[in-house]
Amino acid sequence: MSAQTKQFKVIGQRLQRPDGIDKVTGRARYGADIDAAGMLHGKILRSPHAHARILSIDTSAAEQLNGVMAVITRADFPTPHKGFEDVQDNCMAGDRVLYDGHAVAAVAATSKHIAKQAIKLIKVQYQVLPHVTDVEQAIQPDAPVVHSGLVSRRVPKGFSENVVRYSSFGHGNIETGFKAADAVLERTYKTEATHQGYIEPHACMASMGLDNRADMWVCTQGHFWIRNMCAGVMAMESASLRVTASEIGGGFGGKTTVFIEPVVLALAKKSGRAVKMVMTREEVLRATGPTVSTMMHVKVGMNKAGRITAAYAKLFYQAGAYKQATVDFGAMPAFAPYALENVKTEGLDVITNRPRTASYRAPGAPPACFAAESAIDELCQELGLDPMEVRLINAAKGGTKSSYGPTFEDHGLIQCLEAAKAHPHWQAPLEINQGRGLAAGFWFNFGGETCVSVFLNNDGSVTVTEGNPDIGGSRASISMMVAEELGIPYEQVRTTVTDTGSLGPNEPTHGSRVTFAVGLAAIKSARAIIDEIRARLARMWEVDVTDVVWQDGAAHYTGNKAGTFEPLDLRQVADIANNLGGPIAGHHEANAEGAGVSFGVHIADTEVDPETGFTSVKRYTVIQDAGKAIQPDYVEGQLQGGAVQGIGWALNEEYVYGEDGCLQNTGFLDYRIPVASDLPMIDTVIVEVPNPGHPFGVRGVGETPIVPPLAAIANAVSRACGKRQVDLPMSPPKVLASMQKA
Amino acid sequence: MAKIQIFGSLRDLFSGHDVVELDVSNLRQLLIKLPQLYPECAPEIAEGVSVSIDGKIINDAWFTPIRPDSEVVVLPRIVGG
Repeated sequence: MSAQTKQFKVIGQRLQRPDGIDKVTGRARYGADIDAAGMLHGKILRSPHAHARILSIDTSAAEQLNGVMAVITRADFPTPHKGFEDVQDNCMAGDRVLYDGHAVAAVAATSKHIAKQAIKLIKVQYQVLPHVTDVEQAIQPDAPVVHSGLVSRRVPKGFSENVVRYSSFGHGNIETGFKAADAVLERTYKTEATHQGYIEPHACMASMGLDNRADMWVCTQGHFWIRNMCAGVMAMESASLRVTASEIGGGFGGKTTVFIEPVVLALAKKSGRAVKMVMTREEVLRATGPTVSTMMHVKVGMNKAGRITAAYAKLFYQAGAYKQATVDFGAMPAFAPYALENVKTEGLDVITNRPRTASYRAPGAPPACFAAESAIDELCQELGLDPMEVRLINAAKGGTKSSYGPTFEDHGLIQCLEAAKAHPHWQAPLEINQGRGLAAGFWFNFGGETCVSVFLNNDGSVTVTEGNPDIGGSRASISMMVAEELGIPYEQVRTTVTDTGSLGPNEPTHGSRVTFAVGLAAIKSARAIIDEIRARLARMWEVDVTDVVWQDGAAHYTGNKAGTFEPLDLRQVADIANNLGGPIAGHHEANAEGAGVSFGVHIADTEVDPETGFTSVKRYTVIQDAGKAIQPDYVEGQLQGGAVQGIGWALNEEYVYGEDGCLQNTGFLDYRIPVASDLPMIDTVIVEVPNPGHPFGVRGVGETPIVPPLAAIANAVSRACGKRQVDLPMSPPKVLASMQKA
Repeated sequence: MAKIQIFGSLRDLFSGHDVVELDVSNLRQLLIKLPQLYPECAPEIAEGVSVSIDGKIINDAWFTPIRPDSEVVVLPRIVGG
């Protein structure tokens, strides 16, 4: 039975979230809540310079302070495993600091106060070097070079050594396409770096025995990757380190890598004690995350009928102090929503004296979508075309050759656009100084390495063990899928996230993969249980296994001795499981492939104050293809959360660097994320075009909703104030200045 | 013979070809044969790539079948947040 025709009993219901009570009562244990007897407190000394050579580090005074149990520098780290050199260098600087906030030394002491005192006693001699933090300046041939010798052979000539990677995508001939256009628009767009802005700062605690075997408790999106990275940085065997993930107060991609974790391990090793470290918000902003800042040249041609004849984008993404591939994921999805005959995108990766960028929901896609969708919107204005109709005319469908190469399978973009067009929001009247923006966005989604075990307990209840921290409600959705497959109530299933010693490797909770991939593995684990039960009952009933079927939560005999055997439900089977051979469990380990792509369409209404340039969001609607929404509340939460983060990126959030290359806004008072009172209720529409690669039709939903908001808001503000906005964030001074320009 | 589509900047690594025909029946065979025939792509393959096979992004699964008429596109390694 296909996902489209299957009648679900559990799937699709708005059932209670299993972590809700713990989180609202304070019982849930986050990273900073983990303690151990005799635990020390760790603290990191960070660089005050954007770029400097470390001439010397004198830790003697800190070591002599009463209560200090260990002081470490890079000299205390081993040669890392191959491939982890940059990760180690980012966690603890070697001979140079590469950005403001780069770790230089660390201490472990018997109290936080002593650790702070000790940090101040460490004397570092620096030779300050020229720095560069702006992407446009960094590409100039005479710019200060962050790393020499990293430029890959495909990078075009004419840039500084900070331009380290180049990629391009597309098909057709854009010059031919531009000649066929009735209007051609060229613009340069810019976006600033933003932080993932998770509520919970990074925190971890670790202990290491004399035999170099260690345990770690950490707030992370992926404790298996934390284990692998720590093992790589500390030159350990992965099996020597067991990592347990705490509850997590947000990650959004920023908690898929290590920052303090190897440092805590090194302190634990040197001190012989458990060590805990919790970042301050200032440290989070200076030394973790953020996302890229960008400069993007875009050229789009359109004919009078609204057909896009050619599209081109050249993207420069500032990636921080180390080489990254984020720009590829701007260049690939920039024009993915559209069926284009002539399209080309180029991506250039630029390194600067800023923190190493980390993934942030659909990493790389939101800025590129902002540039592409802004250009399309402006062309619609120029040609007097309805932006919704233009998107419908050009929309990619199943069978469309995508702008980045593969041919799309069936997906829900057209259905999302139709739903947006039919939504009351699209037709609602606007008031003075208000504008409406529309944007479509895309993200790939993927599956990846996944292990799940499902156990039938003695009383017939079911335990699911999985290895992905629950960020968006996965414990509920995994339980629901297992309950659906086994034909039992949701309340009979509990899903737990286990440590790295209890299950095989799992990729992190990233890439919109968990409901798809872990769900797939959980369903297959449940099917393994069903098959085992069928086999055991066939043996007991002395019948052929093919005559035993699992239906509505019970085993039924369907052979020609029908009526001879009463059906047995899961609790009855559990009661006799030992008689039938012992405990019953199912497990599934796979590299889950078959994730379906995801599209979303956003509508935004904004009002711009002509006196101040201040923008308020009046109404916002998200329409997205979820394939099949397992728990609609959680899907809606993802759509709303992504939209809010995108709105922050569009209007408020930015890293502000001074002339000295140091970050100026290191707290949430100056780095302003939207709060509930800033925004209207985010309306949502879930479109369901099933993914054929999943038994229930699931598509990942976590990343796509952050892709369109930058463009949707920019298009709304541009239409509200009558001036095209090309520079994010659209802070009041910038918008006002644009309005005052002739 | 499966037709492997090479896009954009990757063409430099495949002697300028936009399509490479190979006698392969799964992803593993593809990832072995590509660097053998086009050594310049070896570092990219070793670094990790994603391969789209009939519209599905495949990151690592070596035994994913490739049919003679499959659409195969070599892409940068897809990551996520």
